[in-house]
Amino acid sequence: MEFFRNPNIDFLGKKWYFLAFSLVFSVAGVLSMLFWHGIPWGVDFRGGTLVTVKFSHTPDENAIRAAMDRVGLHNFKIQHYGPAANNEELIDLDVRETSEQALDRGKTEIINALQTNAPAGKHDLNNASSLTIKNYLMEKDPLHVGADDQKYTALAQAIVNFRDKAQGGVLTAFDQLKGPVDPTVVASLQDGFFLSDFGVRDVAIVGPQVGGQLRKQAGLATLYSLAGMLVYLGFRFEWIYGLAAVVTVFHDTLITVGAFSLTNTEISLTVIAAILTLIGYSNNDTIVVFDRIRENIKLMRREKLSEIVNRSINQTLSRTILTAGLTFLTVLALYLFGGEVLHGFSLALVIGILIGTYSSIAIAAPILVAYQDWRIEKGKRPMAMPAKAK
Amino acid sequence: MNKNLLYKSVLIIGTLIVFLYGIFGIPKSFSGQGLLSAMTERIHLGLDLRGGTHLILQVQVNDAVKVDSDNAAEVLKEQLNKRKIAFSEVSKPDPDNNPDHIAIKGVPASSRGDLMSIVNERLPEYEITSGANDSWNLAMKPQALADLKNRAVTQAIETIRNRIDALGVSEPTIQEHGLGQYQILVQLPGVDDPARVKDIMQSTAMLEIKQSLGGPYPSEQAALQDKGGILPPDAILLPGSNMARAGDEGQAWYLVSRVSAVSGKDLRDAQPSRDQNGQPSVSFTLTGEGGQRFYNFTTAHVNDSLAVVLDNKVQEVANIKEPIRDRGEISGGRMSEQASKDLSMILRSGALPAGVKYLEERTVGPSLGADSIHAGVRAAVIGMLAVLVFMLVYYRGAGVNADVALILNLIILLGFMGYFGAVLTLPGIAGVILTVGMGVDSNVLIFERIREELRNGKTPPSAVDQGFSHAWITIVDTHVTTIVSAAILFIFGTGPVRGFATTLTFGLLANLFTAVFVSRVIFDYLLSRKQRGEALSI
Repeated sequence: MEFFRNPNIDFLGKKWYFLAFSLVFSVAGVLSMLFWHGIPWGVDFRGGTLVTVKFSHTPDENAIRAAMDRVGLHNFKIQHYGPAANNEELIDLDVRETSEQALDRGKTEIINALQTNAPAGKHDLNNASSLTIKNYLMEKDPLHVGADDQKYTALAQAIVNFRDKAQGGVLTAFDQLKGPVDPTVVASLQDGFFLSDFGVRDVAIVGPQVGGQLRKQAGLATLYSLAGMLVYLGFRFEWIYGLAAVVTVFHDTLITVGAFSLTNTEISLTVIAAILTLIGYSNNDTIVVFDRIRENIKLMRREKLSEIVNRSINQTLSRTILTAGLTFLTVLALYLFGGEVLHGFSLALVIGILIGTYSSIAIAAPILVAYQDWRIEKGKRPMAMPAKAK
Repeated sequence: MNKNLLYKSVLIIGTLIVFLYGIFGIPKSFSGQGLLSAMTERIHLGLDLRGGTHLILQVQVNDAVKVDSDNAAEVLKEQLNKRKIAFSEVSKPDPDNNPDHIAIKGVPASSRGDLMSIVNERLPEYEITSGANDSWNLAMKPQALADLKNRAVTQAIETIRNRIDALGVSEPTIQEHGLGQYQILVQLPGVDDPARVKDIMQSTAMLEIKQSLGGPYPSEQAALQDKGGILPPDAILLPGSNMARAGDEGQAWYLVSRVSAVSGKDLRDAQPSRDQNGQPSVSFTLTGEGGQRFYNFTTAHVNDSLAVVLDNKVQEVANIKEPIRDRGEISGGRMSEQASKDLSMILRSGALPAGVKYLEERTVGPSLGADSIHAGVRAAVIGMLAVLVFMLVYYRGAGVNADVALILNLIILLGFMGYFGAVLTLPGIAGVILTVGMGVDSNVLIFERIREELRNGKTPPSAVDQGFSHAWITIVDTHVTTIVSAAILFIFGTGPVRGFATTLTFGLLANLFTAVFVSRVIFDYLLSRKQRGEALSI
């Protein structure tokens, strides 16, 4: 099977269309970053409290809002998390103090707010830690083995494991426990515990200081990896190749971050990792084309550079499309089946791979030709072409 | 098969076995379950996959600097008095922002030499500069200051590790975090309720035994009034702890000596015990040297009172009936059994050199982790299958070649992780998937080149040869640049992102071996069995 047999497309002739396309998307992204959504930093970077809660039934967001309002929490966002069948809500509290008490308070307050009809003096089994359960069992000693620390620790752990792993985090009836746990223990638990209709699955509390530090680190990491590329390509090719590659990658990063801003999708730490990966990936693509140009310049000494560049893009087109297609396939699998936690990460890669493939053809190669034309106009020698080609 | 090819095949099979061992070790059984448990024993799951608590702590390094400069100021005063040098004041002008700065006022110019020699001999870590009107400024040398701060972080890590080990948390990670930020990263797998652990880690547990000079007073003002408005120079006023005495209402204040007879450093052991009323308490024993000092102190102060001070709060006050050598007890009316256990453990682990503050806390419930593994693995399997099938359809015979290389790539990658004890995080799984996608790039690059050479009329052996040698240059360039960005991710990233960078790097290294070397050997083997001029399936 073969998709492309000797393609001969005049890519450089279409450079103005490419430029227009890139400009539209970059400018839209930049405008959104400046005037619309800004850069939607995730909790990792801006600080705050993020709590994921799983309910035993379809959650009623208005009821949650009202409950939170009652305990005096006003500055928060609620959004549905993951597929509707999971019954999960993400509560984003804008708490930015760094004192330890403030860090803990957000989580405790959310739990208090949601426990609307807690019986007095009972613990919530769905949000109890294994330590609370153990201490309770030690006190009641339903198995009549004395305060056997080891035994009850293991038992408490088993109850928590059953709740979290087998039941997905929320128990709906004490009877569910009767399989894995001794019925007398269940009866004893029933005296001291009740079952709320939710369980906290995930808590992230980030102080603003850490966020600021991370933003700086992310910026530096991106800059350093661009610099690393510039140096390596300058060393392997000519400085103009390095520059063209870096401009291309910058273009890709800008459009990807712009897409996050336009869609108001949060940029988490893993999204930054994805962006750095796509820098590597887009650069891969660019280098493959550059390598071919370097090779062809040696073979076709009489031809114009634009001719050589066009030929090189066409010769590598088959590989470019295939690789992009296959990588896209795996990333698409990640996007569709990878679950909510990887959503931002795979979205960045889905956009990045499309843009990265496009840009190595539409941005990187034309920069080389434009530089050549500029040198000729200036009356200099046509091209200092890769001297170090090996 | 010729000899050269045979050696190469042996090398490949050897590599396969080595890395399979890296993934599974020697499994107890070869059932699916047995293999899985053998695998998770060697490749550890990150916090985001197994659930647990992740904390970032800020060490208040200025605390340690403050203690050091307080001592320096005391030494300075003592020496100035001893050498009979006149001075009006030794103070710390800016304790919050520049805790290492000490100002000395009213030292006449004639005593300049003496002052210099005190600093040089007794406080070599400080630098002295002269200011206006017979005033002098002392500040820590930058190198000494940096050392002191770093030492505080290292000590804090050590102490926290002792405490967490004593709590029995398995496989904790405790390490310095960030570059020069004096932060500590603590990861506690399987801990879903961090409140108690956090309290225990944070307790500075600075134990001191001082002479009690008066109290309890109901307020600071009352204490001042009792002493005629001015505190004695060698005494300080400290609050009582809230469990100091049953029956006391509100906050009590005590007047105690500034100097401690013994401190936490002199402890040899601390154990939970019961006091004479049968209430939970903590009994401790002192080291030989500390015991001697305590004996001297109690001998000199029979019938006086001593105060047990924990974290600058007076825990209890007791009358000294007779000289005590090496034993003591901390009791307070309202100490619970758990509190006495925790306190003795904290005292055994040593004091934190500086306070810590929490900057970040994340708790991943184990159910979320399980869901993530499920989704990640499903995506990986689907992505991988799609690629494998496509390669077979598109390249036919050579597709088998690419698929073998890809699977081997995956085995080597996981084996690497097993050997290096790398941690598999959710982004790490994504890294595996991406490795599959990018790994296939090398194969495509080579195959497309071989097809091109064949179209130009080369014979299969020479097309394969040319294809590999041309593609090799490109493959090196692309791999190096990607590894550069992975390295930068590793340096600047934390936790899950580092896991991603590790996976990506191992994957790319494995890819160099499989896509270039292994694939070439398979081609050579196929070619060696073909007649001259027979076509290649690609």
